[in-house]
Amino acid sequence: MSNSILVVGGGFSGLTAAIEAAELGHDVYIVEKTPYLGGRVAQLSKYFPKLCPPSCGLEIQFQRIRKNPRIKFFTQAQLVALTGKKGNYTATVSVAPRYVAAHNVDFTLLASSLEGEKNNDFELGLAKEKPLYKSMPFAFPGRFVLAPEALSAADKAKLAGNKFINLAEEAKTVELNIGAIVVATGWQPYDVTKLTNLGAGSVKNCVSNMQVERMASPFGPTGGAIVRPTDKRTPANIAFVQCAGSRDQNHLDYCSYICCMATLKQCLYLAEQNSDIQITVYYIDLRTPGRYVKVLDKVKALPNVHFVKGKVANAVQAEGDTVSLQVEDAVRGEKLTVTYDMVVLATGMQPSLATEKLPFALPLDEDGFVAGGEEAGIFAAGCARMPLDVMRSAQSGTAAALKAVQTVKGR
Amino acid sequence: MASRIGVYFDQQNIGGGLDCEALAAMVKTKWGVLTPVVKVYPVLAEAVADIQADITANELNGVLICGPTPRLDWEIYQFGAAVQVERVNMQEHVVHACADLEQLPKVAADYVNMGVVKLQKSEIPDSAAFETVKRVLVVGGGWTGLTAALEASKTGYEVVLVEKTAALGGKALNMPRTSPLQAPWRDMTNSGLEAKLAEVSADSNITVYTEASIAKMEGQPGDFTCTIATSGRAVEVKVGSAVLATGWTPLDNKYLESMGLGKLQGVTHMAAFAKTMLGGTVPAKRVAFVLDTTMAEEMAAALAASAEAAPAEAPAGEKAKEELEETGFVKQDLESLRHLRYSNAVNSVAAMRLANLLCEQKEDAVQVFILYKDMTIPGILERFYKEMQNRLGIMMTKCDVTDIREENDHLVVECKNTLLGMDFDLDVDTVVLPTGIVPTTAKEAVMQFSYRQGPDFPDLDLFDGFSDSNYICFPYETRRTGVYAAGCVRQPMTMDQCAEDACGAVLKAVQCIEAADHGVAVHPRSGDTSYPVFNFVRCTQCKRCTEECPFGALDDDEKGTPKPNPARCRRCGTCFGACPERVISFANYNIDQIGSMIREVEVPKDFRVFGPRILILACENDAYPALDMAAMRNKPWSPYVRIIPVRCLGSINAIWVSDAMSKGYDGVMLMGCKYGDDYQCHFIKGSEICNRRKENIAETLNRLGVEPERVEQFELAIDEYDKVPAMIDGFVEHITRMGPNPFKGM
Repeated sequence: MSNSILVVGGGFSGLTAAIEAAELGHDVYIVEKTPYLGGRVAQLSKYFPKLCPPSCGLEIQFQRIRKNPRIKFFTQAQLVALTGKKGNYTATVSVAPRYVAAHNVDFTLLASSLEGEKNNDFELGLAKEKPLYKSMPFAFPGRFVLAPEALSAADKAKLAGNKFINLAEEAKTVELNIGAIVVATGWQPYDVTKLTNLGAGSVKNCVSNMQVERMASPFGPTGGAIVRPTDKRTPANIAFVQCAGSRDQNHLDYCSYICCMATLKQCLYLAEQNSDIQITVYYIDLRTPGRYVKVLDKVKALPNVHFVKGKVANAVQAEGDTVSLQVEDAVRGEKLTVTYDMVVLATGMQPSLATEKLPFALPLDEDGFVAGGEEAGIFAAGCARMPLDVMRSAQSGTAAALKAVQTVKGR
Repeated sequence: MASRIGVYFDQQNIGGGLDCEALAAMVKTKWGVLTPVVKVYPVLAEAVADIQADITANELNGVLICGPTPRLDWEIYQFGAAVQVERVNMQEHVVHACADLEQLPKVAADYVNMGVVKLQKSEIPDSAAFETVKRVLVVGGGWTGLTAALEASKTGYEVVLVEKTAALGGKALNMPRTSPLQAPWRDMTNSGLEAKLAEVSADSNITVYTEASIAKMEGQPGDFTCTIATSGRAVEVKVGSAVLATGWTPLDNKYLESMGLGKLQGVTHMAAFAKTMLGGTVPAKRVAFVLDTTMAEEMAAALAASAEAAPAEAPAGEKAKEELEETGFVKQDLESLRHLRYSNAVNSVAAMRLANLLCEQKEDAVQVFILYKDMTIPGILERFYKEMQNRLGIMMTKCDVTDIREENDHLVVECKNTLLGMDFDLDVDTVVLPTGIVPTTAKEAVMQFSYRQGPDFPDLDLFDGFSDSNYICFPYETRRTGVYAAGCVRQPMTMDQCAEDACGAVLKAVQCIEAADHGVAVHPRSGDTSYPVFNFVRCTQCKRCTEECPFGALDDDEKGTPKPNPARCRRCGTCFGACPERVISFANYNIDQIGSMIREVEVPKDFRVFGPRILILACENDAYPALDMAAMRNKPWSPYVRIIPVRCLGSINAIWVSDAMSKGYDGVMLMGCKYGDDYQCHFIKGSEICNRRKENIAETLNRLGVEPERVEQFELAIDEYDKVPAMIDGFVEHITRMGPNPFKGM
């Protein structure tokens, strides 16, 4: 029997669940697949509605982890097996090698001298990175990570003698005795290549909303400027295509909850960057639940943002790497063809479990959201459960922590 | 106090440009017996066992690590509860930040010396732990409150449940069939309220008071005394924390008068209609749910414009004045039409739910229209929406509703800009308007805190009366430690959300009890064992600390002597920042400690030759990491500044600025979070209060003959690290132009 709790996923919901349970006196293990904690939130430039930086909230969470010895976390780690039952599980976690020393070493210079390059997953295809890297300045833990498969032969020779790098490091396996599990596996941006009518990711200067977040970020690939990827030019006009994949039975058969708010937030980024920009938002409904309507009011008050109720039928490349949209204006009943310097697809949120499998049985609905598990002491939090924004993910993580605590209390 | 300090230099992280051996020699000479061990290691992280051995052999009670920022390798340098560890941020704030190699040794020496003195003036706090009451007060016996009570009981805590009306159930009594509460989120479901009620009454851990309200709440987490007013008598109960689940009341009909509510027969609102439907079959045959409330908003805007032209009449003000004199508190009524707009999602869902119920009840002998501007269906409930779109008898369209009027024996709803390609008039017998969710906290001070800062939650107007948090990341912050809001009193929510919210609030409530039990702070300084200690002998009862505490942690007696409540305290230090007599301190963070650090810096007499010296007091939450980031990203700054982290800008005491000026510093930068309505300060008011105090500091400086422009506050968000060099260097330049501090060398 164990009164420890396993949290699968180190994004905002998982962090919240872990910290809240630990601060109530339980030992908690976080298993995160990427090299850093923070998840999707770390990729965002600002939060709506206050436009405050996510790193602020994350830093406090990390500070709480630093101060709490009850929280242990594994990065580059995956849950590979689970045996036992509610109250007494054995979880097997496989931890991939990081290849660097287990303490701070500033590899900045060394990393920049390497020849090899790899796709930068954190920057969502907008940049390359060196094989020895740190995804973001606020990375937690703050250690570099090495991807040996991207090293050139010369790189390998260069690293061979470095006392803080061990290319021979092997994956290790850890067994944990736990009583309850919080599944906080989060979400991924819906794969644009599936949106064939919207160019399937092949139309130049047609980007996703998450890519816009990376561009807007002060440490992003463009240093905070939202520009056309082809020529790094600030767009004079831009369109947002809402529900790109969401509310569509061929793709995501639900509303992704955050895309309207994300677009409104990005309208504010764009207007701040260039007050002359012309922005058009094509939408089905503008969903700004609760006090978020204030953000809608703020954006509607901008003279250069136009809202058109209508579905975008398709997106194709036009002259000068512009993007041409075919739109049906639902109110006027007109079909329009309009060309923009840049187009943003407000892509939806797909639960990670739609494409990734957990090593234990957990009921999922047809879209991949968790739909049960409580009786086995397994509780879903955040976007593994349903599409949510950060505030509700925090709320959901806190609630899941309570259910997990109830399960293990007194064991 | 750390009286035997080991000082360790981490050559791997700070070597290169810096002569660690020379620094070590300086420390030995300067501090002597205070620092019996001073060592330089090529890789300090590999020498932890050595440090541990030194601690034992030399009876060290303090360890000073001169290496990377304390935000890194925190888990490596921990040596048990009896040894205080301090980290000198030598890698980021010295080696990376200082590009001037000639200045580097001086900068480094100052930081090391500040580190030594900081440890020397720091004590391990005694415990403020006490045996807490393991009982949770739940205020409000509706859906959220019932859920909270059951969940708290399941977690092993006793519960006192207080309900205002005669029966439990609240608004959920009107919603026996509700929108989906669980996966697959497609179909309406029985709410399960009856089972919940039965479970509550069968639970011996839960004591229920109906027709009851909170008359007084005093004390602190783990030890609240709550007076409950029930019919005819007052009951006093001890509770450890509270969940506020007092829900909402419907918006006054007057706000929807322009749409016919309260004026036209047949016009009602969702909550009222739901109640009517419970009573039996309603006679309606053609019903329009009108979600577009532009008409009401335009009317309100027109009224506001005319009210501005003719100011409100005096009597209301007079009444408030009398009340204020009588009780010292007047509740501002925060109800407004905005509550209707904030209820958009709940009403969109409610319209579908009621439309469906109506069709069921009338066996489809009814035509229902849902007229909306935006169907605000939150996330997963889209699946319910789709079911309803396919339901016979329900027609939904986007449209602008421009008029609702009576014609002959029926109502006419004028619809424009519809999706059907034309404008039309809809003839119906019933019009159902949305219900505005007005949180109870918009109308009354529900908790009746017997606190120095008043009976109500502070700054509720920021959230239009909702007892909500300003933080995206921390939804349960109410600024009254130990009291956590859940459900519609916090935000308009559907029932599934309310239930989840109740669980979250319960976790925070029981966590707060356990934190008090262990004598540690709750978020954001979770686990902090320090707390403010008052030297009452020198207190002049000026009341500044009790007024300025962002969490209302301090009460006072009749004379105005502060009465600390450690379990209400969040350890930000705003109280000691406020204290003109400097009688408040934390064991490990105090006026003398920071003052001594300021004085420890070597300030050269000749400004022209050796440059100015500028003190930066930086918020450790956001500004400090931003400084780290700037340094890591190779953005060095002036070698003439010395940075001291503070818990919050609110903790900055004016004496530190005077200390700096009399020491000969030429300027002081106060670096902290954004303030205003969208504040980012983790302690809510710290940076704002600091800004207010700055005016007093300016006056003091003026009197002393020092230009107030030497002290400036800067707002620095955590991700604005790229602005750091320009911010610092700009200020250094400004001070250089002003010339030396007139006190220098005196």
